[in-house]
Amino acid sequence: MISMNKVSKHYGSFQVLTDCTTQVHKGEVIVVCGPSGSGKSTLIKCVNGLEPFQSGEIIVNGVSVGDPKTNLSKLRSTVGMVFQNFELFPHMSIIDNLCIAQIKVLGRSQEQAREKGHKLLDRVGLRAQAEKYPGQLSGGQQQRVAIARALAMDPICMLFDEPTSALDPEMVNEVLDVMTELAQEGMTMMCVTHEMGFARRVASRVIFMDQGRIVEDDSKEAFFEHARSERAQQFLAKILHH
Amino acid sequence: MAYNWNWGVFLQPTATGDESTYFGWMLYGFKMTIALSLSAWLIALAVGAVVGVLRTVPNKWLSGIATAYVEVFRNIPLLVQLFLWYFVIPELLPENLGNAFKQTNPILQQFLASMVCLALFTSARVAEQVRSGINSLPPGQKNAGLAMGFTLPQTYRHVMLPMAVRLIVPPLTSEFLNIFKNSAVCSTIGLLELAAQGRQLVDYTAQPYESFIAVTVAYLLINVVVMFGMRWVEGYVRVPGYIGGK
Amino acid sequence: MHDYDWSSIPNSLPFLWDGMKISLEITLSAVVFGIIWGTLLALMRLSPVKPLSWFAAGYVNLFRAVPLVMVLLWFFLIVPRLLESLLGLPRGTDMRLASAIAGFALFEAAYYSEIIRAGIQSVPKGQMGAASALGMTYGQAMRLVVLPQAFRNMVPLLLTQGIILFQDTSLVYVSALADFFGAAYKVGDRDGRLVELLLFAGAVYFVLCFTASRIVRHYQNRLKTA
Repeated sequence: MISMNKVSKHYGSFQVLTDCTTQVHKGEVIVVCGPSGSGKSTLIKCVNGLEPFQSGEIIVNGVSVGDPKTNLSKLRSTVGMVFQNFELFPHMSIIDNLCIAQIKVLGRSQEQAREKGHKLLDRVGLRAQAEKYPGQLSGGQQQRVAIARALAMDPICMLFDEPTSALDPEMVNEVLDVMTELAQEGMTMMCVTHEMGFARRVASRVIFMDQGRIVEDDSKEAFFEHARSERAQQFLAKILHH
Repeated sequence: MAYNWNWGVFLQPTATGDESTYFGWMLYGFKMTIALSLSAWLIALAVGAVVGVLRTVPNKWLSGIATAYVEVFRNIPLLVQLFLWYFVIPELLPENLGNAFKQTNPILQQFLASMVCLALFTSARVAEQVRSGINSLPPGQKNAGLAMGFTLPQTYRHVMLPMAVRLIVPPLTSEFLNIFKNSAVCSTIGLLELAAQGRQLVDYTAQPYESFIAVTVAYLLINVVVMFGMRWVEGYVRVPGYIGGK
Repeated sequence: MHDYDWSSIPNSLPFLWDGMKISLEITLSAVVFGIIWGTLLALMRLSPVKPLSWFAAGYVNLFRAVPLVMVLLWFFLIVPRLLESLLGLPRGTDMRLASAIAGFALFEAAYYSEIIRAGIQSVPKGQMGAASALGMTYGQAMRLVVLPQAFRNMVPLLLTQGIILFQDTSLVYVSALADFFGAAYKVGDRDGRLVELLLFAGAVYFVLCFTASRIVRHYQNRLKTA
């Protein structure tokens, strides 16, 4: 579904990603972790072309992301993305947040879009909030709306960029629950997160990054039981001590 | 010193015998100021919005042209710009166009030159506000729009501009007030707006204080009305639960 | 198309330079007096003494609501007559330069005071507390601790306002005082070369103001990184 081959990126002389290679198959849940500044957010943003990269190749569902001829908007409409700071559109009601791209990008009718939107809000337990505005919801609620908004486009896979790191601790679980459910239904997911409990529960594989390189790319059992690199061991030790 | 206050002067017929009172002159000037400022404001908003958006786009050529536009209109005094529009541009136009302009009614000539001048002068300032409004949005908003499959123009249209416009209502209020104040500069090319009429009254009546106080009060009145109007607009576009923009 | 003839410009350069000196004289004096009076207004506005604060608020709001052209007309047509009758000067004494400087200074003070007030308010409240805790009086704390920090942050804004003021000095045209723009207009009118002289004036203003604002921006960026 997603295949990366030797992806490299630099800002001026600063190397952000170096030769990143990995595959994500249909139905897999990949957790990407690593210390801050290791390039994990950049990597995931390369997948839907939000960050350009200078060399290497990313193929999503048979389409090359780096090819200048690729219609990126069309590609992005098939890949859902959830952001660290939710990024709901503050001037629209919750239901309009879910409908706008369905109508303007996919060309669905107002009724179809609203029906789909309400169904998804039901699913994340927020149907009652449909007419409110993002600023009136808690962080956890906003992030659940953001997930519903991405799902409304019927994506073939989902990208999560630190979806819980801007949340107060008591709200983390409501978001992780939604994500876990999604994973169990077979959604293909790539998640940048430090939530190791979530990784243990649902990850198919764990990717560990350090200084722009993919250092570990292994099954979760292998990663948690015997991570090979010293950096990964240090990282795990630090996380566990929290 | 003995000054004879005479507020009744406004009700006297004018010395030119044009069947108007001095109050009538003031009213004419007031209407001229309003018509000029409002028409120039509408053009300034439209042009300023386009230029402001262009300043933020990734295309180097477009943003460069927009930047040059803003710098030109910001670094030449308004009075000089006005004289350029009124005295110079008609000379530089193709002959038939220039002559056509010069043959129109002189009042219309003054009005058009003033309107274009004020509009473009203000548009550069509006463009700066639009740009800073767009730049003060959280950067993730643009990504969120793009990630959902919007094209860049769609992202501007549905995601960034609606919020940017709300953020810049307060600074635009002060630009809106400025355009009324700046319109007084147009009295220098003979346009009979409020300040010019005040000056005429000083020449025709012996009551300079009354005329200038009246004109000053008229500007204060415009200020108050605009401030209340824009406060209403601010309330109207307020987004529920959204505090501040930073 | 227009036939250009730029020959009247080189011959009148000394006259234009005299005009520029008047423009600069008005600008500099108005900046200095404007900042002094503006600082006083800002302090009054922030002072706990209500009547002072009301006075400053009224002053600032009045001047910010009225067009500069109106203020200048007040100062050219009305204030001189008032002074003549008050001080017993002979009628027709030429006070245009002094009136212009006074008009600009009083007008700009309203704008400066808003910049300075924002600057003072941007200094953390704890600074005032810390100065008081050291035993300083309100005046000492303002003068030695708060104002120096405030001014440092405000310098770019004050300079930018100075550039705007320099552009606005062209409005002394309403008093027929020959500043740079007035001089250029007079030469153009005399020689029938208004197009060339106005284009020249526009170009000179642009080069000066553009360069000055670049320098201010450069300084601003240095301040930010410092």
